Amino acid sequence: MGDSAYSFSLTTFSRTGKLLQIEYALNAVANGRTSLGICAKDGVVIATEKKLSSELVDVEQVHKIEEITPTTGFCYAGVGPDYRVLVRRSRKSSQAYMRMYGEIQPVSQLVKRTANVMQEYTQRGGVRPFGISLLVGGIDKADGSPHLYQVDPSGTYFAWKATAIGRNHLNAKNFLEKRYTEDMELEDAIHTALLTLREGFEGEMNAHNIQVGVASQKDGKFKVLTPEQIQDYLDEAN
Amino acid sequence: MSILSYNGGAMVAMAGKDCVGIAADRRLGVQLTTLATDFQKVFQLNDKLFVGLAGLATDVQTLHQELQFRLGLYKLKEEREMTPQVFSHLLSQLLYEKRFGPYFIEPIVAGLDAKGKPFLSGMDLIGATMTAEDFVVSGTCTGNLHGMCESLYKPDMDPDTLFETLAQSLLSAVDRDAISGWGGVVHIITKDGVTTKELKGRQD
Repeated sequence: MGDSAYSFSLTTFSRTGKLLQIEYALNAVANGRTSLGICAKDGVVIATEKKLSSELVDVEQVHKIEEITPTTGFCYAGVGPDYRVLVRRSRKSSQAYMRMYGEIQPVSQLVKRTANVMQEYTQRGGVRPFGISLLVGGIDKADGSPHLYQVDPSGTYFAWKATAIGRNHLNAKNFLEKRYTEDMELEDAIHTALLTLREGFEGEMNAHNIQVGVASQKDGKFKVLTPEQIQDYLDEAN
Repeated sequence: MSILSYNGGAMVAMAGKDCVGIAADRRLGVQLTTLATDFQKVFQLNDKLFVGLAGLATDVQTLHQELQFRLGLYKLKEEREMTPQVFSHLLSQLLYEKRFGPYFIEPIVAGLDAKGKPFLSGMDLIGATMTAEDFVVSGTCTGNLHGMCESLYKPDMDPDTLFETLAQSLLSAVDRDAISGWGGVVHIITKDGVTTKELKGRQD
């Protein structure tokens, strides 16, 4: 290693036993817009800020929540373009699963495959780790059980009842800890998600500068809410 | 002569009320020469799933090994048993992957699904699947088996009746086929477990 203050080698451990590039990737995540998710009794909600650098950007064309399988969706905090790569990879993986088994890929399997891709990018040559953490929310077709996972740049993944990532994630998590209950239903969870998002929001939060994705047991599908639907939830809260 | 009938063999699967059965003969031959009368061609893959592999004996064994491998990995990865629907789809994929150099096998699948209802399917050697509500047959005397099943099958049979129907259909069908027979085996799958019975039949 040279005398540089930074470690540029992905695969070299620092003297303290850390992989510094992965730590830096986590910093990139911590600088990203807040995203959060809540796993309710009968579904999952994932939500994110969609604040952009300029007033002139057409926000309706910005998609931060994406459907991966008919029952599962992603959202992220961190570097936007890295997200698209993972979305494309995961969609392909879930379609390959569908072709092989004739069944929608379970959330746990989708998370494992995606986490594997992220791990590869910490060890392969000529690449850098992904600058994003993912939130994966969905339901399993087999038994209708809801799941919420977080996947980090290192390839680590956790299942959560509720969590937040990105800027302000610690405050948001504290807020969620206070609000979360075991018997929470999906509608409550959506309201709590919006409330938590508003808590750390800089400026006025409205139906156009956030995005919400919902997977519900009732219709067995993952849906990205339209601004009109978000507005209805915001109105209910007021 | 077709390579599919080189070794001979017959098998049938049938649905009852909340139970399903699968039966096959035990002969292994090379054309008209009988080599063994204890050949296994029906395999249990988990508590509620059986597959019958009719066709070329070498492919029966190779495909069975491949299936065990795939099911083992699936169970480890997903921490659950494969349902018959998923298995049937997987098997069809495996067969079609070898579209231009196929396993000479026409399999039948019998099992109980997640809700405990019977599932039956049969496919050709490149994986074209057909599912059935009543019965599926495969092997070298499908004509005979179809005839027997058509006349003996009744909807919603209990496990004992299902066994009798399967055993009679199989034994009568193989008696009129020179390269099937020499004993048989019948498995009856219910939610409480599997019962397996050996059939003696004509030994000639």
